[in-house]
Amino acid sequence: MSLYYVQKFLFEINRDPAVQERYRADRHAAIASFELTDEEAAALTKPDIGKLFHLGVNGQILMHFAAFHQIEWADYLQQMRDGIDAYGPVREGVYAITGYEGTEAHTERLMQEGSD
Amino acid sequence: MPLVYAGVCSHAPGITGRAHLAQRSQRDGVHTAFEQMRLDIEATKPDAIMMIAAEHFANFFMNNMPSFAVGMADFYDGPIEDPEWLKIDRFRAPGNRDLSLRLITEMMNSVDVAYAEEWLFDHGIAVPLSFLTPKWDLPVIPVNINCQGPPLTPLHRAWAFGDAIRRAADSVPERLALVGTGGISHWPATPDSGKINEDWDRDFLDRWCRNDKDALLDYDDLTVYADAGQGGFEIRTFVAVSAAALGATGRVRFYEPVPIFAVGCTVADYQLAEVPS
Repeated sequence: MSLYYVQKFLFEINRDPAVQERYRADRHAAIASFELTDEEAAALTKPDIGKLFHLGVNGQILMHFAAFHQIEWADYLQQMRDGIDAYGPVREGVYAITGYEGTEAHTERLMQEGSD
Repeated sequence: MPLVYAGVCSHAPGITGRAHLAQRSQRDGVHTAFEQMRLDIEATKPDAIMMIAAEHFANFFMNNMPSFAVGMADFYDGPIEDPEWLKIDRFRAPGNRDLSLRLITEMMNSVDVAYAEEWLFDHGIAVPLSFLTPKWDLPVIPVNINCQGPPLTPLHRAWAFGDAIRRAADSVPERLALVGTGGISHWPATPDSGKINEDWDRDFLDRWCRNDKDALLDYDDLTVYADAGQGGFEIRTFVAVSAAALGATGRVRFYEPVPIFAVGCTVADYQLAEVPS
């Protein structure tokens, strides 16, 4: 496990257009200098957002990487859920699933309460 | 000169980035609240605005994570996010290196702050400023408290930092407005994004408005994580503003849970003694 280096790469690509260009040109070359397991390297190059969340990547870092890949917000949330379904609970880091009804049902409930 | 303004607000990227997905009444309510906050700040005629944000790995990472950092540059670029995603165009906000240097020098007498002559703004600063200084024409002093990478800045140190900010503001002739951003309960950027603990938020805001130091420091990270999500760690920025406002009474100007924005949208401020212009 080298969650630190997975996140380090994402930190750099999120803030540096030059790293983004390198990744666009050759994904494997862009991550070559980071200490990653094969599983981590595969998740970063595919990219497998669900696997990255399962590995414990901080959502604040992952969110920007998903946006870089033009993944829509609802799809980003779903890909994380799919990752948990496919690979199991978050392995390390500060994240855990706490159970939530979803924004649409929640908004509807708030609107209903507001009109009561 | 004493602080001319001290307030707090939300900074969730959905407030701008997903505004088109919100119910119109929700979006308009939030945007109107920010507009009122802008007018309130402008009325105090500030020379600069200090933004205490919980930044999100835009500048600081776990290779060298400061508890506190203050920007010391003449300009700041942003947003680091995709502008289309955040719905905020790329900008260059003015800074004031000389003012930063004097403030930091005073702060360092009591708190070991890191300073940064480069700083890219992420949504933590860019979202509030897109409403508060939409023309990017007021010098910004960016400030960060580590709310993201554990071990996090202890709450009582966030309070001490707020004390240091007040003393620093008092030591310079410029009129400084102070805004803390983030919080309150939320589970941002996770599958639970949109979850909001309104009761917890209102209890926290009550403590904040009373400026009750003991009550504000009576949280531990495990309980905050359970009740308010990892986004709840950002109460550190609100706590620092409380300390900086030194016993002033606060008022909640706006609070409404907006799930698609992933946060209970908040604007609150302290009623400070008026500073003559």
